Amino acid sequence: MSIIEATGLTKTCKSKSGPVHALAGLDLAVPRGTVKALLGPNGAGKTTVVKMLTTLIRPDAGRAIVDGINVVEDPKTVRRVIGVSGQYAAVDENLTGFENLEMVGRLYHLGGTAARRRAHELIDLFDLTEAGNRPVKGFSDGMRRRIDLAGALVINPKILFLDEPTTGLDPRSRLALWGVIKQLVTDGTTVLLTTQYLEEADQLSDDIAVIDDGRVIAEGTSDQLKAQIGGHRVVVALIDAGDAAAAREVLGRHGDGEPTVSGDGRGIEVAVGDGPRALQRVLADLGAAGIGLHDAGMRRPTLDDVFLKLTGHVADKTADADATDTKLEKVT
Amino acid sequence: MSAAATLPTWTPLTMWYSDGWTVTKRNLTKLKRSPDMLVFAVIQPIMFVLLFSQVYGGAIQVQGTDYTQFLMAGIFAQTVVFGSTFSGSAMAQDLKEGIIDRFRSLPMSGSAVLIGRTNSDLVLNTISMVIMMLTGLVVGWRVNSSFPEFMAGVGLLLLFSYSFSWVMALLGMMVKTPEVINNASFLILFPLTFISNAFVPSDTLPDPLRLFAEWNPVSSLVQAARELFGNVGTAPVPDIWTMQHPILTVLIGVSVMLVVFVPLCIRKFASISSR
Repeated sequence: MSIIEATGLTKTCKSKSGPVHALAGLDLAVPRGTVKALLGPNGAGKTTVVKMLTTLIRPDAGRAIVDGINVVEDPKTVRRVIGVSGQYAAVDENLTGFENLEMVGRLYHLGGTAARRRAHELIDLFDLTEAGNRPVKGFSDGMRRRIDLAGALVINPKILFLDEPTTGLDPRSRLALWGVIKQLVTDGTTVLLTTQYLEEADQLSDDIAVIDDGRVIAEGTSDQLKAQIGGHRVVVALIDAGDAAAAREVLGRHGDGEPTVSGDGRGIEVAVGDGPRALQRVLADLGAAGIGLHDAGMRRPTLDDVFLKLTGHVADKTADADATDTKLEKVT
Repeated sequence: MSAAATLPTWTPLTMWYSDGWTVTKRNLTKLKRSPDMLVFAVIQPIMFVLLFSQVYGGAIQVQGTDYTQFLMAGIFAQTVVFGSTFSGSAMAQDLKEGIIDRFRSLPMSGSAVLIGRTNSDLVLNTISMVIMMLTGLVVGWRVNSSFPEFMAGVGLLLLFSYSFSWVMALLGMMVKTPEVINNASFLILFPLTFISNAFVPSDTLPDPLRLFAEWNPVSSLVQAARELFGNVGTAPVPDIWTMQHPILTVLIGVSVMLVVFVPLCIRKFASISSR
């Protein structure tokens, strides 16, 4: 049975240009003990989904059940089993890391002794000793995010919600955070995370839901999604734009679907099924045809590719849709 | 095994008390760590008492008493009114910083953040009040009533400040940025406290202002404090009900503010989220 079940979630927000559908009938199911990634660009509605499931905002329509409890009817019971960490660290700047965590423990009603003990454990676990006894302000974003994540883990929640947990983190902190999340999953925690990075969804999740315009537009494992959009892409850069037509014909012969040509006519790209072998064949044929190359290689699909394939538009919507997403991105 | 399963179930009353205290403590710690706020709460009252008593003291005549005696209740009232606005800007600040989302995702009492806010601001206002009284004593202010009356006067001022904090807390949850609260309080509260009997007897004002001053709730608060501290002069009190029964008027006003704004605040809090 699914520990998170959402059906028909709808939310309309007001904006300067009129009503915007932050969510337009979103369905979601997360089986117990698994990791689900919500993948989508800014403004797709990811944060809105997380805020609804964590009882922070109410849906205009639809139904959300978390651990068997309706989030609208009984938010307090839901809050007893979840942990939340947002993309914008919700920590008190004037308190120390320890005081922040102790306060959260007390507000979960662990009692003073247990709250302090748990705060100490988390300080050790997250390598926060430095921030433990000094006010949080003055520490790096990465440190704040770790304190925020530690705050989400004060009770070993059954379900952990992570809204863009690594946005704005340096690569080292990102890897460390991935490690912590993987460990939690091994211990049986269910995780719902949002991300803009296919790679992150790939690394951490069992299952990915691609979100656009407040709906799930594709769902499946990372392999299934990648197969749907073509696993790898072969990319070549021509010396002479005049060879474009001939090169395009060669790539089309070895790729899945139509090759795309960049604006200057020199970059050509196509999705391929069997990566390295396709590249070898493309290079051999281009060589035989006497077409000179600046560069050639393979790359893995990005979120942009997923989007282009699934929606026909690129994943860059800085406009509005989900104002929270957009604004916070600018902050971080 | 998940620790969540073993979380204790507290009664609403225990939760209300304990969570309210936890948030109060958090706010007081914040206050202690941002001395600028504390200095502001201490320096401003001293400055007001000294400026008004020394600058206007010689120029403004009050029938039957000297200006310093007359002035102090007015400054007390003005300070508690302004002190309450801190509840609004602090709520707006918490909302902006995202900590409200953390609180709202925890199984805590739905009123604890508001209780904590208004409680800690009451502490701040009490500190201001004590400082002002000491400064007042230095410049010659004297309480000419009994000790119980004096305590009732202090209690009434703080009660007003506490209930007005709830009004400002609601505003703080409705505005987009903390600055809005600060600007609004400047534009609304300055006229409200100055067009009253706080600094000058209201019968010296031109007619439209006099009418406003006599019905102004701040005037009732000032009049009540003056009576309880034994600082009234011999000038006749305006012949309207709110000025003739200032203590009762303030108690009614305080009750109305609490009855209306506490539930409104709790309801609003249940639906806010950081922007």
